[in-house]
Amino acid sequence: MIKFQGVHKWFKKLHVLNDVNLHVSPGEVLVICGPSGSGKSTLIRTINKLEPIDKGTLIIDGMDLSDPKTDINKLRAEIGFVFQQFNLYPHLSVLKNITLAPIKIRGLSRKDAEDVAMSLLERVGLADKVHSYPTQLSGGQQQRVAIARALAMKPKIMLFDEPTSALDPEMIGEVLLVMQNLASSGMTMIVVTHEMGFASEVSHRVAFMDYGIILEEAKPDEFFKNPKHDRAKQFLKEILSPMH
Amino acid sequence: MFKYQFDWTVVTSGQYAEWLLSGIKVTFELSLLSIVLSFFLGLLIAVMRMSHIAPIRWLAHGYLEFFRNTPLLVQIFFWYFGSYKILPKAFNDWLNNTNFEFAAAVIALTIYTSAFIAEDIRSGVRSIPKEQMEAARSSGFSYLRSMQYIILPQAIRLTIPPLINQFLNLTKNSSLAMTIGVMELTYQARQVESYTFKGFEAFTAATLIYVVISLIITGLVTLYSKKILSPMKAH
Repeated sequence: MIKFQGVHKWFKKLHVLNDVNLHVSPGEVLVICGPSGSGKSTLIRTINKLEPIDKGTLIIDGMDLSDPKTDINKLRAEIGFVFQQFNLYPHLSVLKNITLAPIKIRGLSRKDAEDVAMSLLERVGLADKVHSYPTQLSGGQQQRVAIARALAMKPKIMLFDEPTSALDPEMIGEVLLVMQNLASSGMTMIVVTHEMGFASEVSHRVAFMDYGIILEEAKPDEFFKNPKHDRAKQFLKEILSPMH
Repeated sequence: MFKYQFDWTVVTSGQYAEWLLSGIKVTFELSLLSIVLSFFLGLLIAVMRMSHIAPIRWLAHGYLEFFRNTPLLVQIFFWYFGSYKILPKAFNDWLNNTNFEFAAAVIALTIYTSAFIAEDIRSGVRSIPKEQMEAARSSGFSYLRSMQYIILPQAIRLTIPPLINQFLNLTKNSSLAMTIGVMELTYQARQVESYTFKGFEAFTAATLIYVVISLIITGLVTLYSKKILSPMKAH
C-alpha cells in the first residue's frame, strides 16, 4: 500500500530523512515514534506530498509520487490526513467542513454528502454539534470532527500527525478511542504519536526514528519489552518515566 | 463688507434640486458599478500576485505598481482622451453611441481602485495560517480551488474594514469624473453654483450628500458581511 525505497530529504543542510525504507500493507496500523526533531512528522507528510522527497522512490497505492504523470490531487483525495492542530476551516460549520470536499471533489449531491457527514458525526459522538463552528468546540471535539472530515472522502489510507499532542490530557482518550475503532474497522493507518498505550494496544508495528533514520521496526510487544537500539531504549525510558 | 443672503431653497426645490438629484443618481451608479468591478478585478490581481508561476506574478506586480503610482485624474484623462487612439474603430463607434464619459470614468476608477484592493486582499490572505492551505490541499483541492473555497472566504472577511476604506475612497474619487463631463453630483453642484451664484449652499449640500452616500455604502457592506457571509469566530 505504501512503499518507501531509499528515501532521502534535506532541509538545506539538515538531513531530515536518511535512507528510509518502509512498507505498509493494507489494513496495517503503523505507529511511528521518536524524539522531537527525529523526522517522523516529515516522514508522514511526504506520503501525501505535503513535503516532496529529494531522493528515492515513494509508491502509494501503486502510484509513484515522483512520476510527473501522477495526479497528486487525485491521490490526496484517497489519503486522509489528520493534523496536530486539527486545521478545521473556521468560516464553515462542522457540517460544511465535512461535506465540502465530498461535494466539490467527489461530486456527491448535497443530500448524500450530508447523510455521510451525519453518520460519521454519530460515529465520533458529535451528532449534536453539526451546526456548530469549530471555535465553539473543545480541542478533542475539533480533532474528532477533523477525523470525520477526513473519513468523509472514504480514504484508503489515514495519516495522523501527532493527533493528540495539542490536546488537554482529559481529551486525549476520546480521540484515541475514535482512532482505535477506526483501526479495528480495517483502515490502513500511519500514526505519529507519543501515546505508547495506543502503540502497544492498537498498532501492528512500531517504527522508531531518530536523526531521520528508522533505527528499529518491531511488533509492539517486542519493541516495548525488548528494544534493540540504544536510542530506543533511552527514548522509552524517558517517555515512560519522565521524572527519572 | 457685502452681505451674503443665504437661500437654501435653491438646493431643496425646483430645477436645481432636480439637478442635484440626478447627480446623486449618477454618483451612485458610478460608485456602485466601480465598487463591484474593482472588487472582482482586485481579487483576480491578488490571486495572480500570489501565483506560483513567476510571469503571472510579475504581470500582477507590474499592474499594481503602475496603477497605484499614477494620479487618478491622469488615468481618467487617459481613458477619455487617449484610449480611443488605440482601440478598434468598431469599439469606438459603439462607445460613442453609449455614454462614453461614464464608461471611461468606470474603467479608470475600477482599475485604479483594484490595485489597492488587490494589496488589501493579499495581506488578508497572508494572515491566514498556512495550515489552512495544507488542510485544503491534503483533501485533494487544487491550489486555485483551495483559494476559492477555503483561503479567500476567510481572507475577505478579515479584509472587510480596509475594503470599506477603498470603497469610500472610490466613491469620493468619483467626483473627479466631472472633469470629463460625467454629470455626477459634484458636476451638478457646480452647475447649480454657476446658475445661481449660491456656491455655499450648493457645495454644502453636495458635501452632506457625500457623507450620506458614504454612510450608506459602509452600511451596505457591513450588512452584507454580517448577514450574507456566515459568521466566522476568531481562530
